[in-house]
Amino acid sequence: MIPAAFDYVAPTSVEDAVAALAQHGDEAKIIAGGQSLLPVLRMRLNAPEMVIDLGRIDTLRGVRDDGDAIVIGAMTPHSVVGSDPLVAQHAGLVAAAVEHLADAQVRHRGTFGGALAHADPAGDLGAPARALGAEFAIAGSGGTRTVSADDFFVDLFETAIGEDEILTEVRIPKHTGWGSHYEKFVRVAHQWPIVAVAASVRMEGGTIAEARVGLTNMGSTPLRARQVEDALAGQPATPDGVRAAAELAADGTEPPSDLNGDAGYRRHLARVLTRRAVLAAAGADGA
Amino acid sequence: MTAVQEPAVGADREIGRERRRKEDARLITGRTRWTDNIVLPGMLHLAMVRSPFAHASIVSIDTSEAEEAPNVVAVLTGADLGEAQGACINAWAITEDQVTPPHLPMPSDRVAFAGEIVAVVVARSAAEARDAAELVDVEYDELPAALDLKEAAADTVLAHPDLGTNKSAFWKFDSAEAGTGGDVDEAIAAARTDGVVIEREYRQQRLIPAFMEPRSVVVDPTGEQHTIWSATQVPHILRFAIAATTGVPESKIRVIAPDVGGGFGGKLQQTPEEMIAFAVGRRLGKPVKYTETRSESLLAAHHGRDQWQKLTLSAEKDGTVTGFKVELLADLGAYVAIVGGGVPVLGAFMFNAIYKFPAYQFNCQTVLTNKTWTDAYRGAGRPEATYAVERMMSELAAELGMDPLELREKNWIKHEEFPFTTVAGLEYDTGNYEAATAKAKELFGYDELRAEQARRRESGDPVQLGIGVSTFTEMCGLAPSRVLGQLNYGAGGWEHASVRMLATGKVEVVTGASAHGQGHETAFSQIVADRLGVPFDDVEGLHGDTQIAHKGLDTYGSRSLVVGGEALVKAVDKVIEKARPIAAHLLEASVDDLEFADGRFSVRGTDSGVAITEIATAVFAAHDYPEGVEPSLDSEATYDPVNFNYPHGTHLCAMEVDTETGAVRMRKYACVDDIGTIINPLIVSGQVHGGLVQGIAQALWEEAVYDDAGTLVSGSFVDYLLPTAADTISFDVDHTSSPSITNTLGTKGVGEAGTIASTPAVINAVVDALRHLGVDDVRMPATPSRVYAAIQGASAGGATDGAAMPHFDPAEPGRSSTEGAGA
Ligand SMILES: Cc1cc2nc3c(=O)[nH]c(=O)nc-3n(C[C@H](O)[C@H](O)[C@H](O)COP(=O)(O)OP(=O)(O)OC[C@H]3O[C@@H](n4cnc5c(N)ncnc54)[C@H](O)[C@@H]3O)c2cc1C
Repeated sequence: MIPAAFDYVAPTSVEDAVAALAQHGDEAKIIAGGQSLLPVLRMRLNAPEMVIDLGRIDTLRGVRDDGDAIVIGAMTPHSVVGSDPLVAQHAGLVAAAVEHLADAQVRHRGTFGGALAHADPAGDLGAPARALGAEFAIAGSGGTRTVSADDFFVDLFETAIGEDEILTEVRIPKHTGWGSHYEKFVRVAHQWPIVAVAASVRMEGGTIAEARVGLTNMGSTPLRARQVEDALAGQPATPDGVRAAAELAADGTEPPSDLNGDAGYRRHLARVLTRRAVLAAAGADGA
Repeated sequence: MTAVQEPAVGADREIGRERRRKEDARLITGRTRWTDNIVLPGMLHLAMVRSPFAHASIVSIDTSEAEEAPNVVAVLTGADLGEAQGACINAWAITEDQVTPPHLPMPSDRVAFAGEIVAVVVARSAAEARDAAELVDVEYDELPAALDLKEAAADTVLAHPDLGTNKSAFWKFDSAEAGTGGDVDEAIAAARTDGVVIEREYRQQRLIPAFMEPRSVVVDPTGEQHTIWSATQVPHILRFAIAATTGVPESKIRVIAPDVGGGFGGKLQQTPEEMIAFAVGRRLGKPVKYTETRSESLLAAHHGRDQWQKLTLSAEKDGTVTGFKVELLADLGAYVAIVGGGVPVLGAFMFNAIYKFPAYQFNCQTVLTNKTWTDAYRGAGRPEATYAVERMMSELAAELGMDPLELREKNWIKHEEFPFTTVAGLEYDTGNYEAATAKAKELFGYDELRAEQARRRESGDPVQLGIGVSTFTEMCGLAPSRVLGQLNYGAGGWEHASVRMLATGKVEVVTGASAHGQGHETAFSQIVADRLGVPFDDVEGLHGDTQIAHKGLDTYGSRSLVVGGEALVKAVDKVIEKARPIAAHLLEASVDDLEFADGRFSVRGTDSGVAITEIATAVFAAHDYPEGVEPSLDSEATYDPVNFNYPHGTHLCAMEVDTETGAVRMRKYACVDDIGTIINPLIVSGQVHGGLVQGIAQALWEEAVYDDAGTLVSGSFVDYLLPTAADTISFDVDHTSSPSITNTLGTKGVGEAGTIASTPAVINAVVDALRHLGVDDVRMPATPSRVYAAIQGASAGGATDGAAMPHFDPAEPGRSSTEGAGA
């Protein structure tokens, strides 16, 4: 498990990092927490000649309040995101997803931006990001551009980040007062989800006024289940009230088949887990 | 049994004390030396080039580019090493006509499994060796691979074309032929007309031992002896095998197993990697090291289990069992490993378990395939047997509408019937299944959980509850040498121990068992402390180096305490006997007037006495000792067990099954094991807890999966699911005790008990939760997807297929370099 030799730089500003990327082109790889990149290098599935470490760029770290949104720096470790009060208050769905992401060691090294940039459809952060309508700030030699969550995830391990660009921060519209739940289905605790459902709901009395639902590992990218969201609006937060909407969860999805189950089983799981996630987010019994 | 008085039972007795393991402070604070930590002057590093194909001819190997790489010293192939590489041996041809393919550590013409080594790169650093290994260009001509066990048994594709068959050996035991019972086919025929016949087929999936410390070997050929450090369970057997296959005199080989991080059977092998390192070290005259990566470990270290079990059980309508017929197919993988086909044979005597089957037949066909070789994995043959019989007894109970414990009790050997000769011909010395079961039921809350199960069924709760039973026994303490001889095993089953009385009164005990995490140092110190009457801390346990522990048969098969411990007892007793005439001399008394207790000889009826440690000092000085007596207390003993050893226990498991998703969750697990006398309850609990998790993992999580091309899909811990503490619950563990009468201390083996017992308890519980939905089996591992499918279609679920989870994306930009497996 020894990677091939590579050169290494650790720039201290986004500009320098972007410049380094431009200079080395597709021979370079960004390293954030290394939790996904290092296994690839150690198994020699990839051998970049240059590794650019974002770890010394202080501006990429931390969570801040930005009016109607919170902003999470790309290099903020999962453990910090998971215990941040702003995240808990305004983006409870993200906090819920981070709580069961990997194990404590990985959560201390792995980063919010690294996980999203890696774009593993089984990763836990994509579905909350899509559900909450996150916006991604991407820096390149031409400056910074913003991409919506719907456009950010392109395909398996593929995002809108260009070869010479860096994800710098993620802006998440505040969902203050929304109830949230991340329903993650695994066989062992440290596993990536076989399927997971991210749900946030805004309640008015016993009724779901608005809902946001994201799906993990139900296709080549994280998905947003708008058909479910629409069907939930105005429904009572009861098993019967939610069931019909949850039945729509797998519509139009193309989930993978692997050792843990085939696509048909995943579709079934998506429906059951959506019902449970929504009910739990609504704080209802019978979840 | 012995001339020595039993030590006094008192508060300061060591046996039975919850001693923390004396070796742990060192191990957990890193004051240890694993094989990979060993660094020798001028040491070179090896990297292996492994076949990515399951079956292929080697057309050519071009090493030129690798040879030119920085700091590469040599690149060698099987042809280069020739006969110097020796061979990997099979120590147990289970039949005289067993078909055994030759197993070269590094073949030069054909590879027979994905992961087999075809070349070795030697460089000044491990990284440079790895880099250069990527440059070795091997041209293969792919051959059809024998992968599926049943198809391989039909010889549709040959794993080794030259052999003409994949069928390695057929081994049979028949109670009518052996004179130990009736004719099983008659019993089954009779039951078909007016009894019950249960017929099932179960799959024992392939498992990977997954010890924590990857295998590692260092060879130093520069001394008078070749010294080999290896992360092995079997230093003595390894030394023998190297000598026997390379022609290097055994006396010129020293094998050291330093601290070894787990084995579970996975390190009782003589590996190609060890043989290659030995050959390369000798060829270059330099120390070399090879440490495998985790990927290589999963791929090429031997796997375990992998059987199809066809089972027919007959009974009378009242539940009295009348016969059990077992037909096994066992996957050997590409080669017959050191124990190899002997693993299923170790199960042959255990399918009848604790029950009084009047007729029994066991048939096993071992089969060669183009997969990683298989061999012993914790329990070795006995978990498979226990699974089969405990699943079948629960099926019979369900068929008859009986409580599974009542059905078992109706058929098991009653405590007053011991010693009992079974239908498989073994004599069980002691046991009390009633006592263990009564205690387990209470610990578990059996009746309450049954009531809850009924409530959930009645209310149609989406989460159903099931209760699984496993009243297991096993044979351990391998093994009486004569029995091994009758089975055509290549070695004996004795163990050796010696006791050295040091001048300062301290004691060194040397055992031929080779601990790799078991806690021998502690348990053996407790035994010696009691028997010799010396402080626990004054006893030092030495093992795992053929120069120190010159004689031994190592650690596996729950043998260290019941065989090695008995050898130690006998050696200690000899020390005391050797000290007796010297004590008499020093005390100016007659030998007959001496008594030995608490470490002192005293003259009966007086207060005059001398401590054995004082005698040790006196003997060291040797100024004053009786004539004609040897001035030494040091003693040794070789003990050959008179029988196997039969721990047993009742394990009860409650599983919740979410019928909407198929997810299973353990609710409660209680077990009461009878392992006779307990030397150290803390070590025993560690063994039981760890053993349980390993068995539960077979039921729920672990499986080595290959794809249609013979590539190991579950090739990393992302896809080979090992449980962690987060996935298990707190177990309720207790004991009953019917001491063994075949060893002095009354101990029974515990190292494999949990693993053997727990697997069927878990699956029985899962099936029990779903029985009313028409489910009578769920194939292992009981994944949520399989459980859900069983609920839907009431089928047990087929083979695991599909790809691995692709979390580590290879297709990212950057120079790509994928040279086969094992980087
Ligand atoms: C044992 C284990 C278990 C895990 N389990 C889970 C799990 O259950 N759920 C889950 O969601 N994740 C899981 N992960 C993955 C974890 O979340 C990783 O931390 C994450 O996927 C990658 O984050 P990182 O900071 O380590 O990124 P790195 O590994 O450093 O980088 C990942 C990829 O993203 C690119 N990259 C990183 N940062 C940027 C950036 N700012 N701009 C552009 N490109 C960038 C890199 O070049 C690389 O291609 C697990 C990982 C491990 C090792």
